[in-house]
Amino acid sequence: MTSETLVPFEDVLAAYDPALGLEVHVELNTATKMFCGCPAVFGGEPNTQVCPTCLGLPGAMPVVNGKAVESAIRIGLALNCDIAEWCRFARKNYFYPDMPKNFQTSQYDEPIAFNGYMDVTLPDEGGDGETFRVEIERAHMEEDTGKSTHVGGSTGRIHGADYSLVDYNRAGIPLIEIVTRPILGAGEKAPAVARAYVSQLRDLIVALGVSEARMDQGNLRADVNLSLSPKGSGTLGTRTETKNVNSFRSVERAVRFEMQRHAAILDSGRAIFQETRHWHEDTGITTAGRPKSDADDYRYFPEPDLVPVAPSREWVEELRGTLPENPVLRRARLQESWGYTDLEMRDVVAAGVMGEIEQTVAAGASPQAARKWWLSELSRRANDAGVEITDLGVTPAQVAAVQALVDAGTVNDKLARQVFDGLLAGEGTPEEIVEKRGLAVVSDEGALSAAVDKAIAENPDVADKIRDGKVAAAGALIGAVMKEMRGQADAGRVRELVLEKLT
Amino acid sequence: MPEISRDEVAHLATLARIDLSDAELDHLAPQLSVILESVASISEVAGPDVPPTSHPMPLTNVFREDVVQPSLTAEQALAMAPQAEEQRFAVPRILGDEQ
Repeated sequence: MTSETLVPFEDVLAAYDPALGLEVHVELNTATKMFCGCPAVFGGEPNTQVCPTCLGLPGAMPVVNGKAVESAIRIGLALNCDIAEWCRFARKNYFYPDMPKNFQTSQYDEPIAFNGYMDVTLPDEGGDGETFRVEIERAHMEEDTGKSTHVGGSTGRIHGADYSLVDYNRAGIPLIEIVTRPILGAGEKAPAVARAYVSQLRDLIVALGVSEARMDQGNLRADVNLSLSPKGSGTLGTRTETKNVNSFRSVERAVRFEMQRHAAILDSGRAIFQETRHWHEDTGITTAGRPKSDADDYRYFPEPDLVPVAPSREWVEELRGTLPENPVLRRARLQESWGYTDLEMRDVVAAGVMGEIEQTVAAGASPQAARKWWLSELSRRANDAGVEITDLGVTPAQVAAVQALVDAGTVNDKLARQVFDGLLAGEGTPEEIVEKRGLAVVSDEGALSAAVDKAIAENPDVADKIRDGKVAAAGALIGAVMKEMRGQADAGRVRELVLEKLT
Repeated sequence: MPEISRDEVAHLATLARIDLSDAELDHLAPQLSVILESVASISEVAGPDVPPTSHPMPLTNVFREDVVQPSLTAEQALAMAPQAEEQRFAVPRILGDEQ
């Protein structure tokens, strides 16, 4: 098979029901690794965060990181899971140099958390967001693998490589793997459900504060399982597992692509081969990986070097008390209290400034004013500077202070932008910047009135139009006055003066 | 009675990356069956009041504080490697696939 044949998406839906399954790995932000005290930070020099335990040297003994167990329980609780009263780690045996022990310490039939769900809100065009319940089968604890670089070979890809270089800094970093039950009945919405699930799961992880959850840095990695069954048959087809799909958009695209690819194979009377697939971000396709091993082939057995984890019910309840407000409910609550439309709220969420707006409103600004500054002015500046908006250096309290100056009539919106220039340049408080830069609007009625008279005299044709009732033409005169006043006038007051004088 | 076939032994050998000749397979398969039988007889002795165990010590919840301990230096770590390059472990070409 050279290039994949694809069935048009609508035709897939006419003949097949998709079944989705998602496995998401979350790299925890603990200070140390899962089973040893090596630092779990990202970006160290190669093989400087390793010890006998994470290198799998003979005689080394692992000890469980209590903080990682705590994070695992909190994730489980936030996903409405039951928390195991007693569970063990297991060895997953496989030979690949990314795990120097030749096994990964994981959990097998005794996960720390199981039987949960997450209600996923689908994006909608208008109307109310539709909610889709995704059932969580389990969330279990395991460890990350080392990082291989393949050297030589014509393509630089694995199969062409002559040899590989391995850095074990990442080996042993705590991972939580969250596995859904098969998601059935999503139909045409399967790609959107997959995306919304991963996106909301990330929001939840961020709210819990247990991971940096950056997909681009691999803190959060999604594997997409997909199968098709003949429409209405109620059976489950053979699945493929597309590994390491590393953006929300790619999750959606990968589901869609696999649906179309599976349908083409099934339509031609062939069978789906159970295998892992590699996702290619650039071309938006998947290619064959390895045949999927049976769980038996991993020869799981209980890890003899670790004792069972048996979280007391008191501890579990204590951790339940630390859960943040559910991000979906929080979003709904804030949208209602701010009176934003769905579209406005979606833009706010997409820009990642919900928390900033919340704090700006708490500092006294109106929700509409807070949205305006964060979404237009500050997003644009962050974008221009190539930084996250939260790293821009403007605080919610400062935004509220700038808006207070606008509300008091001290500056207009245009001058307020110059106040932000001053804030970013570190020139002091908004009040000090207005003072130093001489930004206050001119409230001298005499000066304003003179400027309006001058503008009328210089634009007689415009003035005539307004006299004839074409009020819309006033903009030209207001513009001329604002220019004359170097922007330091209250445009609303100028408009009033123009209309007073001409109508 | 538990029994392990010659094919199963061959499969396990592949999984464990142990290269066995036909003669070795013929020799080992019956031996492993005997071992399995012997181990299985323990299950018959253990009554329902004896729970299966994976650890000899009746302990749970042995946790470590999340506090960084000194790591090895890269030199120490790589000193044990047959081959190293660019401060990384050099390993033979990989035919399998990443997990």
